Amino acid sequence: MSQTSAQAKQKTDPRRLKASNRRAGRKIGGSIAIFLFLLILGLFMVLPIWLMIVNSIKPVNEMFIFPPKWYTLNPTLDNFKDTYRVLGQMWVPFSRYVFNSIFVTVAVTVLQCVFASMAAFCLAKVKFPGNKLINAIIVLALLYNSNVIYLMQYMVMAELNMINRMSALILPSVASSMGLYLMRQSMTSVPDAMIEAAKVDGANLFTICWRIVIPNQKPALMTMAIFAFQGAWNITGGSVVYDESLKTLPTVIQQAASAGISRQGVTMAAAVILFVPPVLFFILAQSQVMETMAHSGIKD
Amino acid sequence: MDKDQIGVRTKQEQRRQLWLQIKQNKEAYLMLAPFMIVFTIFTIIPVIMSLPIGLTDFDMVKYPPTWVGLSNFYNLFLNDSIFIKAIRVTLVFAVFTGPLSYFLSFMLAWLINELNQTLKVIFTLIFYAPSMASGVYAVWQLIFSGDSYGIANSTLMNLGITTSAIQWLTDSKYILTVVIIVQLWVSMGAGFLAMRAGFQNIDKAQYEAGAIEGIKNRWQELIYITIPGMGPSLMFAAVMQIVSAFTADIVARNLVGFPSTDYAAHTIMTHAFDYGWIRYEMGYASAICMILFIAMYLANKLISGLLGKYMD
Repeated sequence: MSQTSAQAKQKTDPRRLKASNRRAGRKIGGSIAIFLFLLILGLFMVLPIWLMIVNSIKPVNEMFIFPPKWYTLNPTLDNFKDTYRVLGQMWVPFSRYVFNSIFVTVAVTVLQCVFASMAAFCLAKVKFPGNKLINAIIVLALLYNSNVIYLMQYMVMAELNMINRMSALILPSVASSMGLYLMRQSMTSVPDAMIEAAKVDGANLFTICWRIVIPNQKPALMTMAIFAFQGAWNITGGSVVYDESLKTLPTVIQQAASAGISRQGVTMAAAVILFVPPVLFFILAQSQVMETMAHSGIKD
Repeated sequence: MDKDQIGVRTKQEQRRQLWLQIKQNKEAYLMLAPFMIVFTIFTIIPVIMSLPIGLTDFDMVKYPPTWVGLSNFYNLFLNDSIFIKAIRVTLVFAVFTGPLSYFLSFMLAWLINELNQTLKVIFTLIFYAPSMASGVYAVWQLIFSGDSYGIANSTLMNLGITTSAIQWLTDSKYILTVVIIVQLWVSMGAGFLAMRAGFQNIDKAQYEAGAIEGIKNRWQELIYITIPGMGPSLMFAAVMQIVSAFTADIVARNLVGFPSTDYAAHTIMTHAFDYGWIRYEMGYASAICMILFIAMYLANKLISGLLGKYMD
C-alpha cells in the first residue's frame, strides 16, 4: 500500500479519518445498491417458501382456480387441523412425538457441539502424533457417500443391541465429520500466541479450549449448532426404530401428509410445520453471533 | 519441539520419542476421545465394512456376499450405457451448480456482510431458508406443473409468451434445466453459512488498519484483507460444494420423478439409488459409489491445490 497517501490522509482531518476507518471507502449509494440487489435475488429465493405458506392456508376451493393466486383472502387452518386430526388417530398421543423430537434434537445438538468443539480445538491447535492422520480421515469421511453405509451402520447398531432404542436415533448423528471440519477450519485462525500465553498462565488445554478459544468462535459454533439442529430435527430413523412410541415428529407428519384428504394443502401444512422450528433456532443462533461479535477481538 | 537438536535417530529412540510425545499430549487425546469413539463406531467402522462390498455380488439376502472381483467395474464402464449417460449428466450438473453456487455463496455472504446487523440476519435467513425447508419440492412441482395451473405455465401464458402449457417436468428438453434451477435455489447451504461465519470472524480492527494503510474501496478490502483472512472457511465451503454438486440426486428424484424421462436428470447418485434400493444389487451400487468417491477425492485434491496457500 502506498505510504504517502496514507500519510497525506492522516494529516488532513482526524475526524474524517476516523469515519473512513470504520467504513473504508463506503458510500451510502453503494449500500443501497447492495440492498436492492439482495432484495431482488432474495425475492426469488423466498417465492417458493411464500407459496408453501400461502398454499397451506388456502381453502380447498381456491386451490384449483386459474390463474393460480399468489395470496389468499380467506385464510383457513383446515389443512393444519386435518394434519392434526390424522395425527390424533395414531396409537400414541401426539405429545409423545413432540417430546421424542425435542429430546432427540436437543441431545444431538448439544452433544455434537460439545464433542466436536473439543476435538476440533485439539486438531487445529495441538501438535500430537496422529493429528494429520485424523484430519485426513475427517475429510475423506466427508467425501465418502456410499449407500451401503446405512446398512453397515445398522449391522453395527444391531451388534450393540441398539435397535429400537432412543440411542439409535441419537448416537449416529452425534459425531458429525462436517461439524468437526467446520470448527477445525475456523479454529486454525486462532493465534498460537494466545494459547501460549494461557499456557504460561497455567491453564490446561481443557480450560484454554472452553474459556478462551470457544467464546471467540461463536460464529462457527453457532453455524455448527444450526446444522446440528436442522439435521437432528429431520431425523426419521424409519429403519432403526419401529415402536410407535419412539417415532419422531417428521416421521409421523410425513405419514399423515401422504394419508391426508386434500392432499396438496395437507402436504404444504406438513412442510410448514417441519419448517418452523429450524427457522426459529436459526434466528436465535444468528442473533447470538451478533451480540458476541460486538465485543470480541483477538489480535495476533 | 526441539527439532534442531534431533539428528539421526535409531528406531528405538524414535519409538521412545513418540511414546513421550503421546504421554505429553494425553490431555489432547482425552479431549478427542468422546468424538473419536462415537465417530469410529458409527462412521469409520461402517465405512471400512462397506469398502469391499463393491467387489462382490450382494443382494442383502445371501450372506456372505459372493466375491466377483472387478467385474462390477467392468460392467459399469463397458456394458452399462445408462451409467455413461449418468456420468455426463452428473458432470453437466456439477459444472453448472458447483462453481456457480460457490461463487454466488461467496458474493452473497460478502454483500450481506456489508449491511447492518438486523438486515444481516434477515438476508442470511432468506438465502439459507431453502436449505431448511425439507418438504418444499411439492411447491416446485406446483410451480413447474405441466398443466396450465402450474405457476410457470400460467405466468408465461398470461404474458403471451407461450400459448400452450410446457411439460417442464416430463419433457426431456427442459428437465435438466429445471432441476439445475431448483438445485441452485437450495444450494446456499452449508458452504454459504460457513462463509457468513468466516466473514463475521474477521477482526474489525484489521479493516481500520487497512484504511490507514491506504485501502480505498471494498474491492481492495476484499482482496487484501477479507479473502486471506477466511481461507479455511473458503476451503470448507469448497468441500461442501463438491459433495453437494457430485451427489445431487434428491432434488431430481423428488422433482421429476424416478426414473426421469430419457434419463435426462439421471445422475450417478440416482443410478446408485436405483441399483441399491430398488433392485437390491448392493455390490453394483457400492461400485458406483466408489467411482463417485474417487471423482470427489480428485476434485477435492484439485481445489485444495488451488486454494493451497490457505491450507496449513
